[in-house]
Amino acid sequence: MTDMPTKRSSTPNRKASVTALACAGLAVGMVGLAFASAPLYDMFCKATGYDGTPRVGLAPTQVAVDDSMVVHFDTNVASTLPWRFVAETPKIEARLGETKTVFFRVKNTGTTPSTGIATYNVQPGLMGSFFVKIQCFCFNEQTLQPGETMDFPVVFYIDPTVRADSNTAHLQELTLSYTYFASKNGQPSAALATTDGKGAKTNF
Amino acid sequence: MATATAQSGHHDAHASHTPSFFARWFLSTNHKDIGTLYLLFAFCAGIIGAFLSFGIRMEMEEPGLQYFSNPGTYNVFVTGHGLIMVFFMVMPALIGGFGNWFVPLMIGAPDMAFPRMNNISFWLTVAGFASLVCSLFVEGAPGTSGAGTGWTVYPPLSTSGHPGPSVDFAIFALHLSGAGSILGAINFITTILNMRAPGMTLHKMPLFAWAELVTAFLLLLSLPVLAGAITMLLTDRNFGTTFFDPAGGGDPVLYQHLFWFFGHPEVYIMILPAFGIVSHIISTFSRKPVFGYLAMAYAMVAIGVVGFVVWAHHMYTVGLSLQTQSYFVFATMVIAVPTGVKIFSWIATMWGGSIRFTAAMHWAVGFIFLFTVGGVTGVVLANSAVDKYLHDTYYVVAHFHYVLSLGAVFIIFAGVYYWFPKMTGYVIPEWAGKLHFWLAFIGANILFFPMHFLGLAGMPRRYADYPEAFAGWHKVSTWGGHIFALGMVVFFIGVVLAFRSKVRAADNPWGEGATTLEWTLSSPPPFHQFETLPTIVDDHGH
Repeated sequence: MTDMPTKRSSTPNRKASVTALACAGLAVGMVGLAFASAPLYDMFCKATGYDGTPRVGLAPTQVAVDDSMVVHFDTNVASTLPWRFVAETPKIEARLGETKTVFFRVKNTGTTPSTGIATYNVQPGLMGSFFVKIQCFCFNEQTLQPGETMDFPVVFYIDPTVRADSNTAHLQELTLSYTYFASKNGQPSAALATTDGKGAKTNF
Repeated sequence: MATATAQSGHHDAHASHTPSFFARWFLSTNHKDIGTLYLLFAFCAGIIGAFLSFGIRMEMEEPGLQYFSNPGTYNVFVTGHGLIMVFFMVMPALIGGFGNWFVPLMIGAPDMAFPRMNNISFWLTVAGFASLVCSLFVEGAPGTSGAGTGWTVYPPLSTSGHPGPSVDFAIFALHLSGAGSILGAINFITTILNMRAPGMTLHKMPLFAWAELVTAFLLLLSLPVLAGAITMLLTDRNFGTTFFDPAGGGDPVLYQHLFWFFGHPEVYIMILPAFGIVSHIISTFSRKPVFGYLAMAYAMVAIGVVGFVVWAHHMYTVGLSLQTQSYFVFATMVIAVPTGVKIFSWIATMWGGSIRFTAAMHWAVGFIFLFTVGGVTGVVLANSAVDKYLHDTYYVVAHFHYVLSLGAVFIIFAGVYYWFPKMTGYVIPEWAGKLHFWLAFIGANILFFPMHFLGLAGMPRRYADYPEAFAGWHKVSTWGGHIFALGMVVFFIGVVLAFRSKVRAADNPWGEGATTLEWTLSSPPPFHQFETLPTIVDDHGH
């Protein structure tokens, strides 16, 4: 007799706990997904050239055709790094599918050795998936002694399929942009001061 | 819908027993008391948010800087207004307030599933608000106190642009209120899925309970993503991570994706409970069951589901490919279909009904008109090509104020006029509700409609100053703000009169149109209700 009410009231309670736990699991799962999105987004950008992330690849598969685009070069250095950074030419004309090499000159104008790594992007962002780098100084970090000057090459080609995509078929030029940041363990770091602590973090 | 066969107005000794003042209001585990606390909190926060918007409107009345010597402080007002109204006024009022009060009553449950968790939800929201108020008074951008980031808190403005601790306080405010909302959502889902009265299937459940159920799921899926995004922002700011900093391989656009994955469902979180309330008011005062009950319920589900896959229409300017833009344009426009179903069904409910224009009905009908205007400008903005021109202009400000300020807020007032007799046992004079409505309706239209013209002419959001050419409509808009504020005064007079004149409300003051379970109880309901569960039978009313 007394068993019946107890059972009746305990069943909904257990059901409620299961529902609540499932909901909590859902919420925790969404937090996990939010954090997983950072590396996933990075992988997605590298794989698809999304948002101006240039592709990294091997030699072009197609021979050059009689169609070209103008590639502009943009160079920047973060304020924490005492380097000067210029391209050998402000722009070149590259035939589609043609492998091009461009040198960039970097000079350490500081008084201590410093290490930097360049981040890169192409604009318009939609060109990211058609701009293929075969070799680039931006794949590794560089260490320069005080006053040392180095020339670094970038080897790239523009994928001729750019003309097949309605988003980019009409484009005649693009910009390849680099920004040098002070580097720590091969990872760029804006907050990292020069090794002797001279470069203070700046707020802009 | 359905009606109860058993009246549950039994007044045993247990039902009328109430704890002491401190235990009742500070340690509250009673869904009606927590609902009342949420409503009072929402109105207090709303007043602060309204004063901030008053500051904005006063400054914008004329070109040049009149009241703000520092345009950064103006942006702090804009940010504070947005965050307070979204997280500490609309959400606590519609979800915590009316949701806590009426979801258990409507489904015939004695209380929420987890009454103590309900209490935690409320006080987390209050703690979040305290943190947000703190953020107004500590340094944000160099030399300015407060966070001037906008409610979206985009990096890099919120990271390198605001080195002071203000943004950290704002982030903690969102963490705390978000945690409160997630716990509240779990509570609502568990209550609605497990504690309905015998015979009340999901397809007989009142539309307000449906609205809160869908809203709770949206909260559960979207708020953790915001929590993740702002946690990354916090570590970017304080611990040297570079989730959103290109200097470390991050991308600020990722923040926008995460924010809007939360932010778009958030706008439905704010409007869906209002959809539920307006359905009951229209049905009650047309003396007809709501037209197309099942379509109404599933339209809300559809809005909730599709609401999760349209977020990038807030980001047409970040350089999406044409195909991506086409998808988001299409998906966004699809939402107009279930929304149209709802608008149509409300009008069809009124069609041929025995309509009584009470104060609550004024607000509900006013809502339908204004929400439709906001919906139409939403379809305009859904077009990516048009949006690139109107992005971050006053046209967008006009759009979301029509759907939120004139949508959600109008229904908060409609809900107050509809349920005030039930909640307090007293009656607000009808003339006060109607006068308040007309002042608010006229004032809000004068306030927000000119913003469409300003936006089309190119007036951008979040600027304290503007060229002479925009002065005319800004002045008109500020006058509208004064009229709206006058309406608020009438509202407070009405509430004070209700408590002073002590005119007792009937258990069901609205007559035969009011069919949901809360009207079977006394006004105000007993401290504990439905100790004997009501049984629901289909009345074949739909």
